[in-house]
Amino acid sequence: MKLFYLLMVTITGLWLCYGVIEMPRWGSPNSPASVHVSPRYIEQSMAETEVPNMVTAVLADYRSYDTFGETTVVFTAAICCLLILSATRGRKES
Amino acid sequence: MITSQESIIIKTLSRFLIPFIQLFGLYVIMHGHSSPGGGFQGGVILGASFILLVISFGYDEVKKRFSKRNVMLLTCAGVVLYGAIGVVCQLLGGNFLDYAVLPISQPRSMGMLGIEIGVGLTVMAVMVSIFRDLLTY
Repeated sequence: MKLFYLLMVTITGLWLCYGVIEMPRWGSPNSPASVHVSPRYIEQSMAETEVPNMVTAVLADYRSYDTFGETTVVFTAAICCLLILSATRGRKES
Repeated sequence: MITSQESIIIKTLSRFLIPFIQLFGLYVIMHGHSSPGGGFQGGVILGASFILLVISFGYDEVKKRFSKRNVMLLTCAGVVLYGAIGVVCQLLGGNFLDYAVLPISQPRSMGMLGIEIGVGLTVMAVMVSIFRDLLTY
């Protein structure tokens, strides 16, 4: 059975490596990300969002829904720490 | 539990430094949309200033102002502010978080500033909250 698992893992790994070969080279000017998305942000973000900082324009305007999720993740982390660390011992101090 | 330091150097230096750290944190949040920075970074700087306060002056000194209730209220307020801006945009007829419909000058810039403030509040309060939880564990 262990041999079967090893075989499965090896085949899946080789399969993934085969998939990576067909991806565009890193930083290639012909990759889909460089052709569609980046030029639009670089050329249009100032006119569309009135904000000189391109990074913030992408983070807080084009992808603000994603940033909302990030904020919720940070919030959830705080809630989890609060629950775990304060539940292990009954403590009166607030 | 961290108790108050006896060293006068640490106390004086942190008393001198903390306002500047907080001012810099506010600057990073406020200028997030026109220079490098933003809510996450500024919130972490603000949170670090409060942690420095706890480390140098002891937890007992700070406990009164940072009750668990206040810190959690701030954490929630940031997320709620972020979501509220999105919902206000929806109520005014746009999409969720589509700042263009806000009835102010430069609506996109100001909307971004609003959500950066929300993110900054949440991150600052989360830093303080986690530090507090570990401290009182």
